[in-house]
Amino acid sequence: MLSSNDIISPYMIVFDKITKVYPDGEIALDEVSLSISPKEFVSIVGHSGAGKTTFLKMLLAEERPTSGNVFFQSQDIHRLKKHEIHHFRRKVGTVFQDFRLLPNKTVYENVAFAMEVSGRPDDEIYLDVPHVLELVNLSKKAMSFPRELSGGEKQRVAIARAIVNQPDIIIADEPTGNLDPINTHEIIQILKKINDLGTTVILTTHNKGVIDSLGKRVISLDGGKVMRDDATGRYVL
Amino acid sequence: MFLINAKRIFRSGVQNFFRNGFVTLSSILIMTVTLFIIGAIIFLGGFFNYTLDKIKDKVDVNVYFVTTAPEADILIVQKSLEGLPEVDSVVYVSRDQALADFKEKHSGDTLTLQALTEIGDNPLGASLNIKAKDPSQYEGIAEFLKGNNLLSKNGASIIDKVNYYQNKVTIDRLTSIIKSANVLGLWLIAIFVFISILITLNTIRLTIFMAKDEISVMRLVGASGRYVKGPFIVSGFLCGVISALIIFVFLGISTYWLNHSYSTYFSGFDVFAYYIKNIFYIFFAIFGLGIVLGTLASYLAVHRYLRE
Repeated sequence: MLSSNDIISPYMIVFDKITKVYPDGEIALDEVSLSISPKEFVSIVGHSGAGKTTFLKMLLAEERPTSGNVFFQSQDIHRLKKHEIHHFRRKVGTVFQDFRLLPNKTVYENVAFAMEVSGRPDDEIYLDVPHVLELVNLSKKAMSFPRELSGGEKQRVAIARAIVNQPDIIIADEPTGNLDPINTHEIIQILKKINDLGTTVILTTHNKGVIDSLGKRVISLDGGKVMRDDATGRYVL
Repeated sequence: MFLINAKRIFRSGVQNFFRNGFVTLSSILIMTVTLFIIGAIIFLGGFFNYTLDKIKDKVDVNVYFVTTAPEADILIVQKSLEGLPEVDSVVYVSRDQALADFKEKHSGDTLTLQALTEIGDNPLGASLNIKAKDPSQYEGIAEFLKGNNLLSKNGASIIDKVNYYQNKVTIDRLTSIIKSANVLGLWLIAIFVFISILITLNTIRLTIFMAKDEISVMRLVGASGRYVKGPFIVSGFLCGVISALIIFVFLGISTYWLNHSYSTYFSGFDVFAYYIKNIFYIFFAIFGLGIVLGTLASYLAVHRYLRE
């Protein structure tokens, strides 16, 4: 258990007794306390409705907890002012099951967009975007629009966009949910590579094979509570 | 930093404008309809004023003098009438002129002309034809003439009659019609403008509603509110400019064509000349409204999704 003294800590992310009750009375998270260190690769598993999505929303400051605090690098992210939130989000790369690319922008522009909003100069954008696209093996599709890409390619664009600003943490919400096994493997390998390069990765997934092959920390959620937290876990529900 | 952002926002807005073909097209379509209504109302107003002026021009008051009235006295009356602020013009018709006019009018009517020669002397008196600046002012002018009845040498009035009192009912009715037509016209314009602006606002809101997911993605990637809004506002601005351009050119061509093909419909009102004469006014009204509508509607619509 954590005490408030632990907040200024070596941890990157600290959830301190987070409870989220939705207006309809549904308890999505129930006094969840946990911490994540820099450079960790953490998988979060659980049935649908176990609280995974709410957990990530708390972390992205998309929703406010009913009680408790979320600290990111010792900063309470739910106390950030409106104009500070987008600065915080630039330190976080996000990847979603449904890709969430901008449909009217090309692959190149989608990735560049993340850099543009951070106010990065043009010469850095010209340099970094091709580099990142190469990393996810999409150099040849730079001028394609999302509708011209396969699911796996779209997800690789999303990953490229997530990492291009060199965030401190990557949050991947069921990134392989819409992909076939080969693409799934490819995406997980990319995430592993990113983690090896020193970025914290938080992954939620339903895929037992993915969890078992990773051999990294696994947090199991059920009914809004942390049921298990294993350093080198397997997919157990 | 500001310049880089402005450049990126502008570029992104232009890209959205062209890549969102269908959405852009429907926004432009609705805005052209709105601007067309505004343009048509401008012309309608012009036509209306022209017709009213014509009618007003036909209303006048005549003062008939007795045949013995000396010309010098009549000219004095004319002078004093011209000194009144509400009088637009006073035209003197001499006895000889009146006779010539009468003969001209009855040139085919030998019986009347014969009767005239029978009399021998010129039976017609001189008259003053008075035009007021506004029809409602005839009453005051008539009162003025009544008050100055004693303008004569031998004590008798030199004014035979003032036909205002015969025309009073017609003049009053015209005055009230003109007044209510003005009020009605203003209301009609206000209602049409209001409705068409409402439709435009709603259409643009719908197009941005379709981009709701896009907005949430932009936010998630870390775009500031201004950065999300900017491109939509640029697109809205472009829609406004293009629609205004279409209508501006269309009005020019259609008035030119109307003038040449259907000029009789407008009872002498030259629509194309009106367009040319008011070209700056029309330009600023159409472009101003187009730009304000496009940008404001986009701003309001995105603003709503950013608040959530």
